[in-house]
Formats: sequence, structure tokens, C-alpha cells
Amino acid sequence: MATDIAPAPPAPAPPTQSLVSEMRKALSGNIRQYGMMIALLLLVLMFQVLTDGLFLQPRNVTSLLVQNGYILILAIGMVMVIIAGHIDLSVGSASAFVGATVALSMAKLDLPWPAAILLGLALGILVGIWQGFWVAYVGIPAFIVTLAGMLLFRGLDLMILNAESIPVPESFQKIANGYLPEVGPVTGYHNPTLVLTLLAIAVIVYLELRRRSDLRRYGMEVPRLTLSVIKLVVICGLLLGFGLLLASYKGVPVVGLILGGLVVLYTFITQRTVLGRHIYAVGGNSNAARLSGVDTKRIDLFVMVNMGFLAAIAGMVFTAYLNAANPKDGVGFELDAIAAVFVGGAAVAGGVGTVTGSMIGGLVMGVLNLGLANMSVDSNFVQIIKGLVLLGAVAFDVYSKSQGKPSFIGMILRGMQRGGGGGDGSGDAGGGGGPSTPVAEGEEGSGFRNASRSHTGVVEMGSPANPQPSAG
Amino acid sequence: MSTPILTMRDITKEFPGVRALSDVNLSVQRGEIHSICGENGAGKSTLMKVLSGVYPHGSYLGDIVFEGQEMEFKGIRDSEAAGIVIIHQELALIPELSIVENLFLGNEQGKAGVINWPVARQRALDLLARVGLDEDPNSQVKNIGIGKQQLVEIAKALAKDVKLLILDEPTAALNDTDSRHLLDLLLGLKAKGITSIMISHKLGEIEEVSDSITIIRDGRTIETLDVTMGEVNENRIIRGMVGRDLDHRFPPHEPSVGDLLLEIRDWSVGHPHDSSRLVVKNANLSIRRGEIVGLAGLMGAGRTELARSVFGESYGHKLGGELVKDGRTLRANTVQKAIDAGLAYVTEDRKSLGLNLLDTIKVSITAAGLRKIRRRGVVDEREEVLAAERYRKSMNIKTPSIEEGVAKLSGGNQQKVVLGKWMFTEPDVLILDEPTRGIDVGAKYEIYEIINRLADSGRGVLVISSELPELLGLCDRIYTLSAGVITADVPRAQADQEILMRYMTQRKAD
Repeated sequence: MATDIAPAPPAPAPPTQSLVSEMRKALSGNIRQYGMMIALLLLVLMFQVLTDGLFLQPRNVTSLLVQNGYILILAIGMVMVIIAGHIDLSVGSASAFVGATVALSMAKLDLPWPAAILLGLALGILVGIWQGFWVAYVGIPAFIVTLAGMLLFRGLDLMILNAESIPVPESFQKIANGYLPEVGPVTGYHNPTLVLTLLAIAVIVYLELRRRSDLRRYGMEVPRLTLSVIKLVVICGLLLGFGLLLASYKGVPVVGLILGGLVVLYTFITQRTVLGRHIYAVGGNSNAARLSGVDTKRIDLFVMVNMGFLAAIAGMVFTAYLNAANPKDGVGFELDAIAAVFVGGAAVAGGVGTVTGSMIGGLVMGVLNLGLANMSVDSNFVQIIKGLVLLGAVAFDVYSKSQGKPSFIGMILRGMQRGGGGGDGSGDAGGGGGPSTPVAEGEEGSGFRNASRSHTGVVEMGSPANPQPSAG
Repeated sequence: MSTPILTMRDITKEFPGVRALSDVNLSVQRGEIHSICGENGAGKSTLMKVLSGVYPHGSYLGDIVFEGQEMEFKGIRDSEAAGIVIIHQELALIPELSIVENLFLGNEQGKAGVINWPVARQRALDLLARVGLDEDPNSQVKNIGIGKQQLVEIAKALAKDVKLLILDEPTAALNDTDSRHLLDLLLGLKAKGITSIMISHKLGEIEEVSDSITIIRDGRTIETLDVTMGEVNENRIIRGMVGRDLDHRFPPHEPSVGDLLLEIRDWSVGHPHDSSRLVVKNANLSIRRGEIVGLAGLMGAGRTELARSVFGESYGHKLGGELVKDGRTLRANTVQKAIDAGLAYVTEDRKSLGLNLLDTIKVSITAAGLRKIRRRGVVDEREEVLAAERYRKSMNIKTPSIEEGVAKLSGGNQQKVVLGKWMFTEPDVLILDEPTRGIDVGAKYEIYEIINRLADSGRGVLVISSELPELLGLCDRIYTLSAGVITADVPRAQADQEILMRYMTQRKAD
């Protein structure tokens, strides 16, 4: 309370906190996400060591993107469905149905591939409207509607495929297996990929600088420069490394471009637009949202339609990846997407989650898949490990919140801080365990209720200064 | 007097960064009703959680002596075994289960895990008779009113052979009749030798039923007043709670009433599940600019239902009537249209209807007025920060930052956030449904000042409240509602509690 911020005058607040405590504060909002990001890096390093340097071979990294692209695309839609407080079990079947229809339209009707893609997208939207109608306007729980959809669209898929495998033309296969064409001088690297990487870094630096100047202009507390520099160095370093790896093989795959574009677009939608705000509002408290003028039914419809749209993209990417539509396509996709979303920090009760978090969650699962495969671990065993990781990630989050501790990383930083002294300890992110400031005292321990869900700060995550690791 | 049944000595409880209780002493005599008073956040609930074992022995300093023995409760089961039962403000009943199932939940009547239903039913009837509740034990709890649910809670406590009953805000959600019944029941239990501790914000009740009152402020015991010795009145209690005299519980206000602003004409609303059942019948109500209008009614009279149906028809089926604002008929059949037309409705239940507890203060304040700060569907975050800072200042929301989560705020500050949220929509008419429920005395005063300021700026305010003194202290005119019918329109000068109560219980022949 002593460090009350002066609201109007644009005087920058004096840096009263130690660097460590500021770092802790910056990290504390997104407990599971930062935890997962670090877990992801550790996992990559571990596989790099265990596979004797095979894991981070350019070819391997590229295939990580290609093999997980469709699940990550599904996870974007899924996290929005889950934020709004629903679930979608039908995405695997819907993807397969769209993939099969598109393959058939090209094989039997000789539709050119761009037209086939448009047909696929339209079909995905129709699937979404069908399910959204039942969820939003009839009020049937999404679990039931999409369980029905899972059977329904699988049946349609099997019916039109008639137990056959329908190959797709080579031009269509490019969606998954193609790469950006090489241009310019021979540099030993893939030039367009290098340019894209540098461009992405420039944008990230620009956004961070703009954020700082905005904060200063409005007299808000500006985090110290060192913190921004550390953040930028870490993020840009990772991005550059990733870009260079891709550039030293065949460059960025087309599916990587699609995914990157979708991540940027949907991060923007969820974090910066009125629509995004409304999705979080409906999931957080639909009654309060309704009484604030939000058309909750339209939001419910939107997230389902959007999911159908993205399921269509994922379905077409997968069909292209396999070069054909097969009857068993898409089985279990929904579970991989849902796992990615929950590992990435979303709350089952809705209202909490981010697109970036889900991407990290999806990559954690993808890295496990690929790394264990590189090590020739039995695939049955891989399943067991993935199951335990999902459980462990969520359990750790629940445990650290019930203890009122910020997070694993917060605990480490707190230890460091104790040695260094200083800091006002205002970064108490746990949200649990009783009052933390005088104003925080409330009736019947509202902290308890808060503790059962993820922290509010997650909503802030995807601000423009937080880029996507896979956006290159 | 004999030895006390309960003594809590030098209780100190710390949370990281804050000392919630310091050296609190409490002594409760056998067979008395002992009230604990204090502002929200003073430490009342914390003290009761220490007593009932929610905070186990070892997590606090100090001693608890109950019936002459020193107690070291490790959890709520220990305290219940000793005969201490706490009834929380938010009832712990399971709506889908029957009364008898709820009564013996965790305490099932039977052997080897098999429930003996005839015995359970028989015992349930006895218990219900003791609390004066005439209901079939097989009725589902969700189908009985909240007043009766409170009685079931007490019966449940009696089933556990309670010696010391702790009630946290037992009448907060009850109407006057149910409150009366509950207080009489407490007095009846007292006559049968059961000791009670009651936490309440309703000072009138406290004064009436308590034998002694302990006042807690800022985590310390201020004093214990003996009511039976006389010389205790509301002002005396308030002085102890806030540490200052609140001679005027309501800020002075000179109304400057202007033109007719909003008229509700012949308004009828049907129940959401059965539109033939009228919840509001041919209501006529008007609000002028600069006027604070009260709406009084017992629980179930249709106050909230009327307000919500006016606010974008967000409750029930509108069966007839007209809404006229500034001489023009409004057609606001969605909440968004109502907001656009300049209406605002502050809900009675902040936590379940007013706020998204996952949000920050900033996001909460702009939640209903995003239209004002969007550019092509994108939220202008600079405008948002400015707006939130503006209302943090003007509403005096006590928080280190607008990025703080609303769940962490006290009730009074949460209410200020909700008020800020609705003022941000720049309404002409504000409907405030129980604007000070569950808020401490100091914050109430601030809310009243805000309401007065709203009226002075030429807006019209409709205040719904269960506390008649609040309506009498705040409003220029008060409507009474009884069973969906507006029974009177009383100017403040002519109103007192008895007159209002008479109209609130009257049924007009329709």
C-alpha cells in the first residue's frame, strides 16, 4: 500500500523493488505456463543429451513441427472452447470427416485444390454451427453434444470413405509436407526462413519497447530495463536458435507458417479484442457476463463454430501429411488437444487458459513423443509417460496453489531473494492461504475459492510483449 | 457467574505478511448468547476458524479452554466431537438431497455403513420439531426456502449433540419474518442450555438477543459489553467497532429533484418456468432526475425480479407494460439494449452475479462498457487503464494496483468495483440491489456517499434493500412491494419502519 501508484502524472515510479523480486512478480502471474516453458527447455536438453545430439538435428526439429502441427492447430480452438467453459470431444471425427470429404472432392469431382480447401473450411464451419446450435441455443452440455458428434462424424467419415483410402494430389500434400521456396544467394541457410526469423525478432523487440513507452506515458509502474532485456534476450535467443535450426534443413515448413499465423491471430483475438474478453467473461462467470450485456449464447456458438473451422484446417493438414484420407484418421486427436490445453495451464472450470500456454503444452507432449521415439522407447511406454506428465503437470499446479506458494520457479526465486534481501514481497501470486494484505481480508476466506482455480494473471499473458515460440 | 464454558486466551494468528489476530481474548459464559461484532476483516471469522479447528492447533498461538479442558483441535472433526458446531454464512447443505439425508450427512444413523431409514426419519422428525420446522423430512432441501434451510442447519447441529453453537451471519440472507423466527429459536435453545456465539452485522438483532457482546477491531479485542447490565445500544457498538462515533450513519444529503426520468407503467412479469404465475403485477413506478427512490419488500415480494425484468428483460417473461425514459418508450429486451438506453443494474450478489472473480480490477471495471473503449473490435488498453485508474480514485477502491484480482478485495471494495463498472457505462438510471449487503459500517458510509453523488449529478437511483433503516436514511421516496404488487409510494417525511412494514405485508385485492 505504501507503493501506491500515482495515477495521472507521468512520473515514472522509482524502482523500489530488487531485480529478483521484480522477476518473481513478472513470473508469478503465469505459474504453470512459465513452469511448462522451462520444463519444455529442460526436456529438450535432456533428450539432446540422451540421444547424443540427435534430438536437435535440424531434420528432427522440422519433423517435430510437421508431426505436431495438426494437434497444435486443434489445441488453439480447444483452449477457447475450454476457456468458455465447454469441451469438444468431436474434433478427431470432425477432422477426419472434413479430410475425407476434401480428398473425395479432389479425387472424384476433380475439384482444384484451392476450391477443395474452401469446401473443407465451409464444412468445418457447418459442423461447428450444428454443434454450437445444440450447445448455445438448446442448452445441452457440450460434453454430450460433442460425444454425439464424435459418433456422428466418425460414421459419416466411414460412410463416405467406404473402407477405402483416398489419395490426395501432390499440390495438396504441400500443406503439410511443403516448404517455403528458397530465394537469393547461397548462404548455407534457407534465406526466407532467416528473414522471417529476424522479422519476428524485430517485431517482438518493437512491441516490448512500445509497451514500456505506453506504461511510462500513463504513469504506470515500468519494470526496470534489465528485466526487459533479460526477457528479450531469452525469447529472441530461443527464436533465433529455432529459426537457424529450421533454416539449416529445408526451411520453415508450410504447416509451420499456417500454425504461426494462427497462433498470432488467435492470441490477438483472445487477448486484445472485445470478443476475446467476452469468451473469458462467459467462462469465468456466465451469469455476471450476461448481466453485463454479453450475449453469452452467441459466444458459445462462436467458440464451437471456431472449433469446427480449426478442426477442418487440422483435418486437411493431416490428410496432406499422410498423402491420403484413411478411415482411421483423427482417432484420439481430441484427447491430445485437450491434454495440450490442460498441460498448458487452462482450468477445467473455464475462464482460464491461453493460446500460447496451450502451444507450450502441446509441444511438451510432442517433444516427449519424438524424443522417446528417437530413443526407440516402446510406444506403449510412451503412452504411460504422457499420461503421467499430464497428471503431474496439473497436480503440481493444484498443489502449489493449495499451499499458497507462487510456483516452483517462484520458490526458487524467493530463496534467491532471501539471500539478497530487499523486495516488498508483494508478488504473492498463490491466491490461496488467507489474507496477504490488509485490503485482502475478506469475508469467509475468498482466497480459498480462488485457490481452486488458476490465477487471474493468466489472462494477461498474451500481451504483445509475449511472443510465441513457434511464431517463426 | 459460574465458570465460563469457553475461554480463548491470547490468540494470535498470522498469515504470511499479515497478523490477522493478536492476543485476542474471548470468554463465553455457559448458556448465554454471545455476539461478536467487528467490521469485515476485523478478524471475527478467523477467530471462529481457530475455535472450530479449521486452522489446526499449532498454526496459531494461545490457548483454548472448553468445559474446563484445554483443547488442541486438529480439524473440524475434533471440535465437533467436543460439541462445538459452526454454521457458516454460506450454508453447507446439499440441495439435491432430502432434509433427512442432509441432517445426518457424515453422521448417518445405522450400523456397519447401512443406514436405518426408519430410525433416521424418526430422529429427523424430533429434530425438526425442536427447531420448529414443519416439513416432510423427505423434501429436497432445494425446494424449501432459505429461511427453512437455515433451520435445517441448526437441526443438523443439534443432531451432533452440540454444546456450543457458532453462527456466522445467520440472518444475512433471511427476510424479517425468517430472521425473527431464527432469533426466537436461538432464545429457545438458550433456555434449554445451549450456548451460542453469533456473528452478525445487524446490530439491532445483536442488541436484542445477546447477553454479552465482544467487539473486535483490527485483530484485537476491544471490549466485552454486558448487555444485561444495560447501557448498550447500537451507537455504543458502532463506536467500539469503528473506533469513532458514527453519529450520522448516513451522510447528509439535500436532494435536488428534477424532471421525470424513468417510468415503469403497468409492468407485469411471469415466472421463468411458468409464465402464468405472475411475479410482478401491474407495477407502476417512477424516478425523477436527482432522486433516490427506495423499493422495500420482503424476500420473495418480487423486488429483484422487477428490477431484472426492467433491466433488459433478464428475468422471467415480460407479460405487459411499458418503460418510458425521458418521455420516450424504450424497447430494451436485451441487457445490451438496456445498457445502451442508459440503464444500469448492480446485482444483489456480487460474487455470483456481479463479478468474474478471476478478473483483475481493471478488467472488471470495463466489463460492461467495452463498447466505449473498442476500436474495430479491439480493446484499447490505454483507455482501459485510464478508465480503471479514474474509478479506483473516485470510488476510493483500496488496492495497491488495478492489476490486483478482485477476489482478493474485501466485500466493500468489491462493491466499489461493481459500482465503478456500472458508472463506466455512464447510465442515467441506476438500480442498486442490496448495495451494502455484507459490507462493514465504514464502507457502507462510503457507498451512501457515492449514491448521493450519483443523484446530485442528475441521475436517478433506485435502491432495493432489506434493511429498512437504510432506505429511510437514504431515499427521498420509498415504494413498497408485496407479493408482486406495489402497495404504496411513501415520501421520506411520512415514512417510518412500521408504516413501511405494514404496506410490505399488505395484500392489495387484485
